[in-house]
Amino acid sequence: MKKYFNDIFRSVWSVLIGMKITFRHLFTPAVTVQYPDVRLKLPERARNRLYVNMDDCIGCFQCDMACPVDCIMIETVKALPTDDLGMTSTGQKKRLWVTQFDIDIAKCCYCGLCVYPCPTECIKMTDVYEFSEFNRSNLIYNYATVTTAEVVDIKAKAAVYEKEQAAKKAAAAAEAAKAKAAIPAPATAPAQPPRPTPPPSAPPPENKS
Amino acid sequence: MEQIFRTLTENDFLIYFLMSVIPLLWVVPYALFAVWLERKVSAHMQDRLGPMRVGGWHGWAQTVADILKLIQKEDIVPAAADKKLHFLAPWVVFIGSYAAFATIPFSSAYIGSNISIGLFYVIAVSAIVVVGILMAGWSSNNKWSLFGAMRAAAQIVSYEIPTALALLAVVMVAGTLNLQEINQHQAGWFWNWYLFRKFPFVFIAFIIYFVASLAETNRTPFDIPEAESELVAGYHTEYSGMKFALFFLAEYANMFAVSAIGSTLFLGGWNSPFGDLLGGPVWGAFWFLSKGMFFVFVQMWLRWTLPRLRVDQLMYVSWKVLTPWAFACILGVGFWMMM
Repeated sequence: MKKYFNDIFRSVWSVLIGMKITFRHLFTPAVTVQYPDVRLKLPERARNRLYVNMDDCIGCFQCDMACPVDCIMIETVKALPTDDLGMTSTGQKKRLWVTQFDIDIAKCCYCGLCVYPCPTECIKMTDVYEFSEFNRSNLIYNYATVTTAEVVDIKAKAAVYEKEQAAKKAAAAAEAAKAKAAIPAPATAPAQPPRPTPPPSAPPPENKS
Repeated sequence: MEQIFRTLTENDFLIYFLMSVIPLLWVVPYALFAVWLERKVSAHMQDRLGPMRVGGWHGWAQTVADILKLIQKEDIVPAAADKKLHFLAPWVVFIGSYAAFATIPFSSAYIGSNISIGLFYVIAVSAIVVVGILMAGWSSNNKWSLFGAMRAAAQIVSYEIPTALALLAVVMVAGTLNLQEINQHQAGWFWNWYLFRKFPFVFIAFIIYFVASLAETNRTPFDIPEAESELVAGYHTEYSGMKFALFFLAEYANMFAVSAIGSTLFLGGWNSPFGDLLGGPVWGAFWFLSKGMFFVFVQMWLRWTLPRLRVDQLMYVSWKVLTPWAFACILGVGFWMMM
């Protein structure tokens, strides 16, 4: 009997306490914000959309290699000795045309591993987080500054230059071979076939600082 | 009100039609407002904002937009459903809750039907809702719907007993079942309200009535018939579009109906709390609707405060707590009146 009355009293009392709490919350300001109109400030080191400052990119492929999901696609062409690609803001000479620098942000897992190895600090995470698209292919961002027409031109010039270099090398090799021809047989005349594109790795040696 | 219509037209049928439509003019805008209010109250109690966009100021047009959407929605009837019952159920539920408005005195000048058994009629006719709910659950041919409907039937039938007994205590004080007369007996300042008469018996009866009416309208903490987490949506799981909207409208109409009965019997109905100050038919309607809306707010307040009861707890509250206490109130009032 005592328990019966005690239960009733306690349940009524706890309901009143609950009502007091909810009533107090009725007048506390909302903790949510009106999202598209009001945005919460992101943390300083928030990782969102990637951005590449192509003025500073030297085409070293370190971000490409660091990426765990292979969302960065880079293609470079060696610059001719006559081309002047300028300097990066960190004072390094750019030796490669970056003919393609695509980031498939749909694949990106926002790990930020590409940011740390960059020798010129040109790839970084921004605070932009709204980039939904209706078409998935629109999520492949092209950062390369050279146009497709220029790419064709650069590649053609590079191929010609490579061929010239190869021919020169072959000639030099033939010369050397001729000089040595007195003793061994002149067998290795065409030294190496010209490579169509430079190998995709091999960062410039002076990058490590 | 009837006299005003009688000066306009001689046709009895037209007069009765107009008289019966007047509560609908309140119930539909009220339901739209109450759904919006419920969302805002729940949001602010959880430190959120709730609807904020539609219509500008705090999303006031949200429910209007919702109802426009519901009107355009496809009316889906399950292939295995009992088509006739499935079609009829929302109407029965709504008619059951709307019929209760016939004897509710909105003001000293308006009562749909001033019959001498008004309160008895309200209790009797609101029980039709159970039939509609059972129809909805059975015809949906869905085990969750049937579960919800069975629970609703068990719950509403159980809780009608403490409701009726608690109201009986007031009827003993008032000496009449006519709701308009009950209002007139409570005229004057607020201490003339039945809530403060025969203290504390009528006061306890009021609390019993309020708790039981929550269960009768299937509101939290007694919303086990439509317990989302266990039964999807209970008896209206298989309803879409306007039929679902009718269930919703009926639920909110019911909320107001029980609040109106509560305020009429215990809080003086359309009587001003300040004697003759701010009296009269128009202010009367204002006081009546404000008291009703206050209880609707309290129902929302409780809904967003309390978790849902278990079925056995529900039955415990009804049979072992509310019913004996209601009997005790009747006895108390009876002894008081004999002395």
